[in-house]
Amino acid sequence: MQRIPELFARMTGDEKHEWAAASTIDVLWVLYDKVLNVTPETADDPDRDRFLLSKGHGPMAYYAVLAEKGFIDESILDDWTSWDSPLGQHPDRVLVRGAEISSGSLGHGLPIAVGTAIGQRIAGSRGRTFVLVGDGELDEGSNHEAIAVAARLEVANLTAIVIDNQSAMHGWPGGIARRFAVEGWQTAEIDGRDHEAVFTALTAPHDRPYAVVAKIEKSR
Amino acid sequence: MTTMRQAFVETVNGEIAADPRIAVVTAVISSNEFPQENERVVDVGIREQTMVGVASGLALAGLRPVVHSYAPFLVERPYEQIKLDIGHQDVGAVFVSIGGSYDDPVWGRTHQSPGDVALFDTLPGWTVHVPGHPDEVTPLLRQALKDDNRVYVRLSLHENTQAHPVGEGFTTVRHGKRGVVLAVGPMLDRVVKAVESENADVTVLYAATVRPFDADGLRTAVQNTDHADVMVVEPYLEGTSSHLVSETLQQIPHRIRSVGVKRHAELRNYGTAEDHDAAHDLDVVGLGSAVRSFFRG
Repeated sequence: MQRIPELFARMTGDEKHEWAAASTIDVLWVLYDKVLNVTPETADDPDRDRFLLSKGHGPMAYYAVLAEKGFIDESILDDWTSWDSPLGQHPDRVLVRGAEISSGSLGHGLPIAVGTAIGQRIAGSRGRTFVLVGDGELDEGSNHEAIAVAARLEVANLTAIVIDNQSAMHGWPGGIARRFAVEGWQTAEIDGRDHEAVFTALTAPHDRPYAVVAKIEKSR
Repeated sequence: MTTMRQAFVETVNGEIAADPRIAVVTAVISSNEFPQENERVVDVGIREQTMVGVASGLALAGLRPVVHSYAPFLVERPYEQIKLDIGHQDVGAVFVSIGGSYDDPVWGRTHQSPGDVALFDTLPGWTVHVPGHPDEVTPLLRQALKDDNRVYVRLSLHENTQAHPVGEGFTTVRHGKRGVVLAVGPMLDRVVKAVESENADVTVLYAATVRPFDADGLRTAVQNTDHADVMVVEPYLEGTSSHLVSETLQQIPHRIRSVGVKRHAELRNYGTAEDHDAAHDLDVVGLGSAVRSFFRG
């Protein structure tokens, strides 16, 4: 984790989304360091865990973690967003080793994650699907289709992580976790900066779809 | 008499039992046609964005999803999901629509989708099939289910009296010297009747597959006529394939007449599909008039 801020800082020019990127940094690190069963060598293994970054805005933390874990060469961080760089301000799965989806337009990752999790279940795989969304991103109606469908179809190998930096324009009365719980998801609320709490939440057993709301300080 | 929709259902249900790669994703419409006890049959309720998103996830997990609904809800409502969840993720899927442009016009504009093929045309890498007979559906689908590419199959209640070979480019139905008429899918019978009623000495090509566009087939047909005059008759938005005709014939002076569902106005009429055909000059009378005026002299 010590090198992540340094790697992060090598990607300049997207100050608009710097806060968005910084808000995911701790969860992403704990995921790749301690939770996900995937390495650069198993990135194509059908039984791997899949992590889908739905909140594609500000992917600097994501790229930094992928570099630190060896999925991509850290030397490519410096000229990110240039013509020849595989690293854009929104990730492209075709260009970035280890990226499970291309994202940027909000509200796409969670429905796709429902599909990958069902696909893993059909294949009898032990792999799990994790998807990261933002609280502002949850405004997109497609998420709410997927929240309902995941519960109805009992997609138990799916974990949605909501980074709650209170950026949703109109907020979530009653809390974000309640929105998932009412549809039948198991939920947890944690401090998104507390690595131990993140690890404990993301490794908790669940027999139905699971939403972990990771609270982050409000954006500046 | 088997309809295109029945042929689709029978083909998919036969193949899903044999091929563990195939999955079906629906949003209520037609869901009861597929074996719900099969874990690879997924109905998401009336949630078309998630229907496409789930199909994308299944494809990412190695399955071959068949995504099905009524045309406006399959193509127009989740268009961004088709663009990003399928195309931009670089995964394959087989999209199968029913409803055509206005198969059931009593339901009004909400259930009409004449722009579906034009929308797919904005996205790279899609194969588009527009069968004109139920017997053409099964071979097109079987091939699509075997492949890994992105395929759109547009089914209709309207059909020709007989099936034609599919999958080998355009089929020459009639030879002539005055020019070429390209008839797409269920337009063929009406085109042939119109041509015969006008005694037009034209070649008639038939297309059940419009993307990829059989440029070689069209070019060869034009070379065998005395005039590089091409009329394209499509059962969806007029002019959808005109840019490809123009690209195909860019090296020679040529004329194009695009016939299809008119763009200029939204019809707020119900009635029958035949009423709408007449309003868009897609009946034999309207097509005959187009043939007469375009191939004059």
